[in-house]
Amino acid sequence: MPSMSLFLSQLFNGLATGLLLALISTGLTIIYGTLGVVNFAHGALFVVGSYAGFTAYSLTDSFLIAIAAGAAVALVVGLVVERGLMRMYYSRPDEDQILVTFGLGIILVELVRSIFGGISLSVPTPEWGQGVAHIGSLIYPLYRLQALAIAAGTLAVLYYVLYRTSLGLIVRAGIEDAQMVNALGINVKRTFLLVFGIGAMAAGYAGVIDSPIVTLSPDMGHRILVDSFVVVVIGGVGSFPGAIIGGIIAGEILSLTSMFNPAYSHVMLFVVMALVLIFRPQGLMGQEGRE
Amino acid sequence: MSAHTEQSRFSTPTRPQGAIARRQLPEIVVGVCLLAAPFVLPHLGMSADLLTRILIWGLFGLGFDLLFGYTGLLSFGQSAFYGTGGFVTAYVLTAGIVPHMLLALLIGVIISAFAGLIIGYLTLRRTGIYFAMSTLAFGEMFYFLENSLFKEYTGGENGIAGVPPPEISLGFTTFNISSGWPMYWFVAIFFFVGYLIARRIVRSPFGAVLKAIRGNPKRALALGHSIQNYKLTVFVIAAAYGGLAGGLLGVFQSYMPPDAFSLDTSAQLVIQTVMGGAGTLLGPVLGATIWLYLYEGLQQVSNIGAYWKLILGFVFVVLVTVFRHGVAGGVLDYMRRGRKTTKEIDPDADTSAMAQLNIVAPIQGGRSGAPVLEARGITKQYGGLTAVSDVTFSLSEGELRGVIGPNGAGKSTFFAMLAGELATTKGQVFFRGQEITGIGVTAVCQLGMSKSYQINQLFESLTVRQNAMIPVLARSRGKFRADMLQSLHRSSGLDEQVNAAIELVGLTHQADTLVSELPYGEKRRLEIGLALATGANVLLFDEPLAGLGPEERVHVVALLKSIRKGRSMVIVEHDMDAMFELAERITVLYEGRKLAEGTPDEIRMDPAVQAAYLGGMDEHESA
Repeated sequence: MPSMSLFLSQLFNGLATGLLLALISTGLTIIYGTLGVVNFAHGALFVVGSYAGFTAYSLTDSFLIAIAAGAAVALVVGLVVERGLMRMYYSRPDEDQILVTFGLGIILVELVRSIFGGISLSVPTPEWGQGVAHIGSLIYPLYRLQALAIAAGTLAVLYYVLYRTSLGLIVRAGIEDAQMVNALGINVKRTFLLVFGIGAMAAGYAGVIDSPIVTLSPDMGHRILVDSFVVVVIGGVGSFPGAIIGGIIAGEILSLTSMFNPAYSHVMLFVVMALVLIFRPQGLMGQEGRE
Repeated sequence: MSAHTEQSRFSTPTRPQGAIARRQLPEIVVGVCLLAAPFVLPHLGMSADLLTRILIWGLFGLGFDLLFGYTGLLSFGQSAFYGTGGFVTAYVLTAGIVPHMLLALLIGVIISAFAGLIIGYLTLRRTGIYFAMSTLAFGEMFYFLENSLFKEYTGGENGIAGVPPPEISLGFTTFNISSGWPMYWFVAIFFFVGYLIARRIVRSPFGAVLKAIRGNPKRALALGHSIQNYKLTVFVIAAAYGGLAGGLLGVFQSYMPPDAFSLDTSAQLVIQTVMGGAGTLLGPVLGATIWLYLYEGLQQVSNIGAYWKLILGFVFVVLVTVFRHGVAGGVLDYMRRGRKTTKEIDPDADTSAMAQLNIVAPIQGGRSGAPVLEARGITKQYGGLTAVSDVTFSLSEGELRGVIGPNGAGKSTFFAMLAGELATTKGQVFFRGQEITGIGVTAVCQLGMSKSYQINQLFESLTVRQNAMIPVLARSRGKFRADMLQSLHRSSGLDEQVNAAIELVGLTHQADTLVSELPYGEKRRLEIGLALATGANVLLFDEPLAGLGPEERVHVVALLKSIRKGRSMVIVEHDMDAMFELAERITVLYEGRKLAEGTPDEIRMDPAVQAAYLGGMDEHESA
């Protein structure tokens, strides 16, 4: 039986992983919720963001600039993609949207690969994040603690934007009935552009935050895509609170299972997803009747 | 399998030989191509190994195309079954559990199919994007399982090496199949048999229902098909194809690689199928040819080799955007130009003897004298809103009842509850004395009650004839039947019933037209025709005249009158004149409640109705 302190530290680890997963998944879920599109290029946007951050970091030595660069590049890519491609797809069947975003993901990842090569890169922890933190008896890497705080803070900001601003109101109304919102004289098209951009930005931003913890490789997008799908299936597609709860659950499962046997951590994650599909197919926070 | 084909060829002597040859043309062409490939394609630089690999992907793709191209289920987790079949086959062969290679392949197929049953059960609980996401996730689960729980058997990251070369012992003699061209022939036989089976599935009644599910799952369900069973079955079939392809991969390479389980495998399958053309069966093998040939070709060019996947990504996005039907789809479209769409049903089948469509005999055991359809205090609440409140309703045998009410009176909700589409919050519905509350629209349809919709619910990409076939099949085959190897042409009475239904709604001249090309008025008639073709003896019509011009209205009113014999009907309609002309009795709904009920004259005179509806129309409409 693992010791109490190990358990606590893993619990904490799970929260950090979970909030990062939640952050990635919110991007996916608000795009789906508003536009009705599942962005299969979401993992690729994460890759684009983290490599953009990596570049900015090595050029400027400032991690804050790296974060801004990662988010900005992903945002721009998101905006260009929405204007240039996705707009043609809103009226097409789901499967076409899935296929085109999937193809887009391949293009983005392969572009990254052709620029940076396929080998893994590691991003050093920023100066202000080095060392360990003491929380009671718990010794914990400082950057992970900060990443947790950053993710939580960003989620709070996103929550504020979605639930306390007029843009958020339009987005949430658009989720319910985009046509009606349009009829009320609000430019849904512009809102859609903005939402797609924000969703992409969330992925890129999370990519930079995550980069000192993991090693970068163009192929990590797959893992991110799968993990965020699991999170939204557990939490409920299109639900913002669902993404957060799903993210934390997924993070804790990954972290607590790896305490016993790391090889099983992902398998456990899928077991939980299967249970959700059996007992609550619409997801924990999902609404009945919405696909 | 081929014996089966022979049999069906000879047991239909009434058909001209030419038509049969034409019908079997794809099988013949594929067979000839497989035979000719080793003599032609090496001149284009294709080796035996490359062709074998293409056929393995093609076989994998046959199952996937049934799932995606025909049923419309886009799975991103097919690698799970490819890997499972491959590793099970490789393991039982290398561990010496099963010495016989064909048996080992069979075990691989069975276990893959079983995995398909479990994953299908889980993922098919949701549709659309949920399905794509959860299949992708479960596909990854198998990758992790291979690397953890089953590492001992699968070799984890190393895979299974040393899969013995195929040998087939027939007792008296043993064939050893060496790599190169013998291996090609070996795999080609599997591919061809797999293709024959897939063709049969596509052309069976089972296959017709799959196409209906792709076109309009909601209506397929309402017409009496248990679509969940069909989806699960086709998912298992696709998994079995994947398992066989995976097993052959291990045997072909004498090595089973763990990346068979990777997301890239599923993705490659999806991309190949879309590039080649989904819904054609041969699309995947064409796509695999393009993919693998390009890959080999581009590797030779030193500057481009590294960018090959990038190029592929661009090509794929362009294809999905502008050329959605892929290569095979494009070729088929071209061939179809100028030619009428293929006829799946003999237009000359005897219609005169069947001038009237078979109507389901009323179910046995129903209490005699009981109303045909009865609602007892049914109520529907949505949160705080009560759409229908405590409505009691009774329809007697042979009656034609009208239901009217101003907008928002709850007519459609009331109707949906009668038809079993919507659960009641309170109250019960009885059909010939049997309670049908909450048994679902499919079961209700199978009992003999069907509904036509206010907004057309048709199978747009099928012809009129193929549309009418869907309800007839539900009637003759029940909720679900796994008759995927039976020929559609041999279903007895199918042609007659389909033709009779089409004739009844006056669409014989359009029988082979795609529904998407029909004018609105004719679509409207087909909408009614679908309900009729179920053979239901109780019909619910939700605003059958909606959106029709004056001329078409006359048509449809005459049609509704003409089909009364042997049927009981309920019609919801806005058109007062038509309603007073058609109905014997009228029920008036107002604000979710039953306001009045009586003969047309009584309703006309009823002061409450006048106030609420006829007289107060303007008030309510403008409110």
